[in-house]
Amino acid sequence: MKRLLRLLCVLALVGLAIFFFVTRPAQVDVAQFDRLTPDAVHGKDVFHAAGCASCHIAPGGEIGDAPVLAGGQAFASDFGTFYAPNISPDTVAGIGGWSIEDFANAVQNGVSPNGKHYYPAFPYVSYAKITPQDLVDLKAFMDTLPPSGEANLPHDVGFPFSYRRALGGWKLLFAGKDWVVTDVATPELERGRYLVEGLGHCGECHTPRNALGGLNRSAWLTGSVLPGEGKVPGITPSALDWSAEDVAYYLESGFTPSFDSAGGAMAHVVENMSKLPTSDRDAIAAYVASLP
Amino acid sequence: MAKRLLTSLTLMATMAAGASFADGHIAGAIKARQGQMQLYAHYLGVLGGMARGNTEYNAEAAQAAADSLLAVASISGATLWPQGSDMDSVEGTRAKAAIWENFADVGAKSMAVTTAAANMATAAGTDLESLRAAMGDLGGTCGACHKAYRGR
Repeated sequence: MKRLLRLLCVLALVGLAIFFFVTRPAQVDVAQFDRLTPDAVHGKDVFHAAGCASCHIAPGGEIGDAPVLAGGQAFASDFGTFYAPNISPDTVAGIGGWSIEDFANAVQNGVSPNGKHYYPAFPYVSYAKITPQDLVDLKAFMDTLPPSGEANLPHDVGFPFSYRRALGGWKLLFAGKDWVVTDVATPELERGRYLVEGLGHCGECHTPRNALGGLNRSAWLTGSVLPGEGKVPGITPSALDWSAEDVAYYLESGFTPSFDSAGGAMAHVVENMSKLPTSDRDAIAAYVASLP
Repeated sequence: MAKRLLTSLTLMATMAAGASFADGHIAGAIKARQGQMQLYAHYLGVLGGMARGNTEYNAEAAQAAADSLLAVASISGATLWPQGSDMDSVEGTRAKAAIWENFADVGAKSMAVTTAAANMATAAGTDLESLRAAMGDLGGTCGACHKAYRGR
């Protein structure tokens, strides 16, 4: 009896050790940022393509040329309500004190400087595809934005989702994936894939999620339903009867082919996308048109 | 007894109906403002078709569409948005209740649309480049209001 108990204890410890090993917060390889020269001007394009301001601007705030990324917007989900944090360059309330390593771990691994997992309301699964150069440029641009002393709001998430360590398991299941579209025939399609699957993180809203909140990649961009946002349309050619020119013009102007105009969260996206080079909007449209 | 029951049942039925169906005055206002949006879309379609190069640029036709657009943007909205005609109170509209809590902001955003339409009226007949430039502002001002005040 005593031996059985001891065996059970050992097994439990081994189990815990495995759990803590597989759920440990990953760290980026900092060597990839060596010898890269940050370009804040290009970082502005990266910033708009990534749509950072849409979520991190204060509720009702205007993005403009130099947005104050004070945070505070609420995002409802099936797991609780998340509040966007302050990511302005304030050294106390924001992320002004972060190194490029801290920044990369947050944006690409969803791990905070003190080693905690972030919730995937932050689209780090998509952002993992950002190139090292784009990442250093992005940080350089964000460092030029005005600081805000606004304190972060705690997320409103109940147990078991409040146990962040378990997110390591979630990441094991749903993060670190290859591209959804593995074959891209032209540089334009490759650029479009980078913008849609990576920076623009279109799939985070336009792709349905499973019961655990992971993206259903086999139904890529076929539409979804979001709490608080309602029905999100599919944007594949079989779901949406728009030409590539229609898509590009929508991202530039906000006008649909029937000249309705974008509303809700998509109006934020258009606001960002309209600031990108025409070739980027065309690349997004080409990628979307290439989907089944 | 039976009469009293009937009365209260009728009352309850009326109250229940009131929660989801608009009365004539509200339904009429919703129809009218949706008509205004349809007219916007129609004239924007004429201008946008030229801006996108789907139809050939024609200064006269562009001017006529832009003048009409400005006319649509200039009609009084005072009776189009009655209290209780938001999407939480009645069916058949996507107007968020926030409109009635932020009237000053809604007014400013609506003013911006009128200004953008006025700029289009000056630009549309000049040349295609001017028309294209004015189109961007129109999209932005339409979107500013829809972003904050239109639900799904």
